[in-house]
Amino acid sequence: MAKVFIDNKEYEVPNGKNMLEVCLSLGMDLTYFCWHPAMHSVGACRQCAVTQYRDENDTRGKLTMACMLDANEGTRISILDQKSKDFRAGNIEALMINHPHDCPVCDEGGECHLQDMTVMSGHNYRRYRFKKRTHLNQDLGPFIKHEMNRCIQCYRCVRFYNDYAGGKDFGVFASSGRVYFGRSESGTLESEFSGNLVEVCPTGVFTDKTLHKHYTRKWDLTSAPSVCHQCSVGCNTLASERYGGLRRIMTRYNGDVNGYFLCDRGRFGYEYVNDEKRLTRAAQKENTSGPEAFASVRKHLASSPKMIGIGSPRASLESNFMLKQLVGAENFYQGIPGTEAGAVNTVLEVLQNGKVKTPSLKEIESYDTIFILGEDLTNAAPRIALSLRQAAKNLPREKAYALRIQTWNDAAIREVVQGETGPFFVATPYATKLEDIATSSFHGDTSSLVSLGKKIAAHIRKGEQGLANHDEETGFASATAKALSSSQKPLIVSGTGMMSKAIIRVAASIAGALKEAGKEPGLVFAVPEANSMGLSMMGAAGALEEAADRVAKENDITAVVLETDLFYRTDKNTATGFLNRCQKTILLDTLENQTTPEVDFILPAGTFAESDGTLVNNEGRAQRYYQVFQPKNEMKSSWAWLDMMIHNTEDARPFDAIVSEMAEHIPAFDKIKTLAPAADYRIGTQRIPRQTHRFSGRTSINANVSVHEPKPPVDKDSPLSYTMEGYQGQPPSADIPYYWSPGWNSIQSINKYQIEVGGELHGGNPGIRLIEPQEDGATVFEENIVSAGKGRFEILPAWDIFGSGEMSALSPAVAKRIPEAAVSVSEKALQGSGLSGAEKIRINYHSGDIVLPVKVDNSLPDNVLLFPKGFKETAGMQFPLYGDIAGV
Amino acid sequence: MERPLTEHIKQDGTALSLKEYEAVGGYQGLRNALKMSPADVMNAVKDSKLRGRGGAGFPTGVKWSFVPMGDNAPTPKYIVANGDEMEPGTFKDRLLIEGNPHQLIEGMIISAYAIGAGMSFIFLRWAYHEAADRITRALQEAYQAGYLGNNIMGSGFNLDMDLHTSVGRYICGEETALLNALEGKRANPRNKPPFPQVSGLFGKPTIVNNVETFCNIPHILAKGAEWYISLSRSEGGGGTKLYGASGKVKRPAIWELPLGTTLGEIFEEHAGGMLEGYQLRGLLPGGASTDFLTPDHMDIKMDFESVAKAGSRMGTGTIIVMDDKTCPIGMCLNLENFFAQESCGWCTPCREGLPWTAKILLALEEGKGKPEDIDHLTFQTHYNAPGNTFCALAPGAMEPLQSALKYFREDFDEHINTHRCKYHN
Repeated sequence: MAKVFIDNKEYEVPNGKNMLEVCLSLGMDLTYFCWHPAMHSVGACRQCAVTQYRDENDTRGKLTMACMLDANEGTRISILDQKSKDFRAGNIEALMINHPHDCPVCDEGGECHLQDMTVMSGHNYRRYRFKKRTHLNQDLGPFIKHEMNRCIQCYRCVRFYNDYAGGKDFGVFASSGRVYFGRSESGTLESEFSGNLVEVCPTGVFTDKTLHKHYTRKWDLTSAPSVCHQCSVGCNTLASERYGGLRRIMTRYNGDVNGYFLCDRGRFGYEYVNDEKRLTRAAQKENTSGPEAFASVRKHLASSPKMIGIGSPRASLESNFMLKQLVGAENFYQGIPGTEAGAVNTVLEVLQNGKVKTPSLKEIESYDTIFILGEDLTNAAPRIALSLRQAAKNLPREKAYALRIQTWNDAAIREVVQGETGPFFVATPYATKLEDIATSSFHGDTSSLVSLGKKIAAHIRKGEQGLANHDEETGFASATAKALSSSQKPLIVSGTGMMSKAIIRVAASIAGALKEAGKEPGLVFAVPEANSMGLSMMGAAGALEEAADRVAKENDITAVVLETDLFYRTDKNTATGFLNRCQKTILLDTLENQTTPEVDFILPAGTFAESDGTLVNNEGRAQRYYQVFQPKNEMKSSWAWLDMMIHNTEDARPFDAIVSEMAEHIPAFDKIKTLAPAADYRIGTQRIPRQTHRFSGRTSINANVSVHEPKPPVDKDSPLSYTMEGYQGQPPSADIPYYWSPGWNSIQSINKYQIEVGGELHGGNPGIRLIEPQEDGATVFEENIVSAGKGRFEILPAWDIFGSGEMSALSPAVAKRIPEAAVSVSEKALQGSGLSGAEKIRINYHSGDIVLPVKVDNSLPDNVLLFPKGFKETAGMQFPLYGDIAGV
Repeated sequence: MERPLTEHIKQDGTALSLKEYEAVGGYQGLRNALKMSPADVMNAVKDSKLRGRGGAGFPTGVKWSFVPMGDNAPTPKYIVANGDEMEPGTFKDRLLIEGNPHQLIEGMIISAYAIGAGMSFIFLRWAYHEAADRITRALQEAYQAGYLGNNIMGSGFNLDMDLHTSVGRYICGEETALLNALEGKRANPRNKPPFPQVSGLFGKPTIVNNVETFCNIPHILAKGAEWYISLSRSEGGGGTKLYGASGKVKRPAIWELPLGTTLGEIFEEHAGGMLEGYQLRGLLPGGASTDFLTPDHMDIKMDFESVAKAGSRMGTGTIIVMDDKTCPIGMCLNLENFFAQESCGWCTPCREGLPWTAKILLALEEGKGKPEDIDHLTFQTHYNAPGNTFCALAPGAMEPLQSALKYFREDFDEHINTHRCKYHN
């Protein structure tokens, strides 16, 4: 701790901070632009100027930038003195000379950091009387709107996009007052994290184009704390609605998980919620809808049919649990193919039984030596890739720290580090984007990657003699093992991307070997979907194949299908066969899909925006999400429909009752009861409002019908209200529906919700880890033998951030970013089949054939083909496939 | 009067060849240095009281002493000659390079030996095409003669040297921006610390010195520190200094004179005073980014301390003379337009303040000035003061303006009151 003085008051502050962080952490208001809690200080904007004094006798002091000033013992500053106040106001005046006076029509208006800082600085009247400079804007693709004239040149965008996120198609151009931030020419921003520019930009240069398409003022949004459903990482989000439409997704800060950033799939993949193909009414095949349809369901259930349930990795724990309750544990199946279920179950097994910790996303950033086995993280779990990019910076930064440069001094650190990255090894079937920071990479099919992994584990255990022959694989294994062994904090990253249990087990064995060697390794797995881990922890009688076998054997079964499009999950024959053989099928889902026309009953389920629930992410962290709004139709949370089916009622029990029942039945989920405040939680007597107190015009929209305000809906499932009435202070950390603090209208007001800026939220970061390593856990996991199928080629899935998400891919902006479905193949493999130069080829595999355009990828081994995972053309395929190629 | 740096420069405007340079004692300093230990070379430079000739006047030997030495020091280390010379009114380095490129090269080799550098760069202003050609030729000669490359003159010391021609930004004269440019990055100044001596080019220990500074080194090593100090008329530093004058003087040129020669001597004796029909109104003593001095200041010595005492800076020592028929506001406008254009755009006061300043000055010149403009210009000079900005560009840009407001205030008022510039008809 260090003793510092701010305006002659003494404070004890942690070591290693700068004075801007200190002031903000102490709750003071000090203006800033270029500093960012995750990207730290560069001293560009000069907006956090304070007066520094040598000692108590120094009455003159000198101006200095708080963000570049060490909070050392005895540091003495003033932020209230006239000199620094005048400078800060003058600085605002200067950087506003070219800023347009377009706040009333600016997308950022109302949550603009520049507005807040301007008011905070006290500047109001602008003396500049000359022409403003103007810029041409660029089309940056479907996600980001560009309005360069608003730019105040804080350099945060380029620092985030290039330095933090590793982007290469964005930059800063020109000089002086003409400085320009954008691409070298118009075109789609290529980074998977471009959406963060919306939040990183302190004003309206980069704004959310999807929001712009259905714009509403930010203070008119109804928002709820949510958890991203678009991959397994479980980033915390704020989802916002108006007039029954979801308008946007923003980052909900969670110091243990996503921090300040999201990926573009998570941010922009929400629009399927507003799709016109949403299922809004209960329906049955005989064409009667509404209450009659559900009455028919109840009538059918009253006849006590033999039932099975198909659970879903995109449905909440509660929905899956209630389905299990409805049909009985022995009749509950995972709605995913056996290969996928096997892989996810293996992840769960090695994490539950192993000795190695799986770190949180935040903790990933603390490891210094990385080995990735088999996983394309940028596409399968993008936010992990962003954290790995930060981890790769750790070892080179030690050089800067040795020069006594503080961790916050980003400008100085970058001069010393010079873009160097730490030990980073990648072994995957194909070249992935993270290879741009890799020390070394290796490409192989499943069996050679498993063999490589074994060699690495053997080398860690026994040294060089652990390896027999010397080839490329052994060389890579030896270099990787040496790097991992020489680190105290090595990290092994793998996942279900290749749908291989062996890959997962060998990754766990490498981590185990490091643990045995006395290291503190971490082990991270990406899994396919938002609740893949939860579904696996739920326990099931089998996967889709077993369910299909079941209905093939017994012909009087009623299948209750939860949020599953069978045609997306399995091949057409299996899906059709299953549906035909069931006596009745009841589907609970959100959108029309290939399964909906084939079932007997449809119950409209809420998406994450219209329901409450709990998800378990890849780390085993349970997280609660809340309904954003009550839709004006029959949509309900799936668990609510299932509860009504179980109890034959017309209304579901409250959410808390479901959670209690689940905790009682499944001990692993016991802690979930304490995940968030119960529905009867009140602050004083008040609920937590989903609308800000700045919400306007709530009576005008229906004024042509009635000037009387209708009674707002009541939320019996959470302590949140649907109105602006309620507690105006800070809610519990799991229940923050929006960020706001007096004078801080932008997302930067997160500062006020944290114990110290950039750190933990007041009351702790939300979420509870359900899986912890075992003291006496296993360190060796025998690898299954990789059994290859027939055919010259192993066909593996190629993940795509935009194309591989079942639901997010339906969002119009995301859909524009999905590449053409093509088969990736090496030139050598094409030559081997005499197909060099072919534009399209036919691929024959055991259960079918498909013609796809060719995408030559010479990083691929000659015996591996890639199919895009989860695209329309390849939905239902169960990887790995084996097959041959032929001309068309 | 000795003129070690320029005495051998030929009057016909051609460069000294290697042979010619050697014939007048060239590379003797290097021979001497290679017989000494690097530490002794460094001490010799320290003892000579040589101070940086780029403008800041930091003692060269002291600067070198911050470079990590010994077996554990990071490698490679770099020597960089700052030949960006884009300071308006300044053309001394050009003379030195075009006249005697080997003198620079020798100085750099000795400096590299002192700090243990293995690679060196000459960072040259884009417009100096002739200088670039001459350096290129001289480098070839030096390599052929074994002054560069491996095992220089059998000493076991290795050094390579490259010419890098800039694409032309004033900010590249700032040593850390120069390093960024040399690395192929945007020429923004860097944060200090770390100082380049510790973490410079590509993150390695680097010494950046001005061309003129390097040109002094061979002579210090050839003739000793005591001799070098004896050249100077200043307490504050040793050696001679290249002084120059431009503007409406009789003999605009560059002269090598003892450090500490008085302003009056330079102006009257060497520059020959004003052209017929012109009166001296004021002068910028060391390039565009120094404060005006007036005819009252003719007695001051042109060294770092004396000029600072008079409220300006010696800067590059090349005087820009303003006559009585030139509008001071017009001159400031010209300068501020330059500085505004050359701002790298990194920090707010410089990026926004300089263009704003230039626009006000233009308004004054066009007769559109307002009384409050004076206050605003004064505000800008405070706003862009040292410490308020990221580097020294904007504070430098304010120096001519703040002194013009002090010495030529009546011209500002007249522009505002009469809505015209009397110097333009």
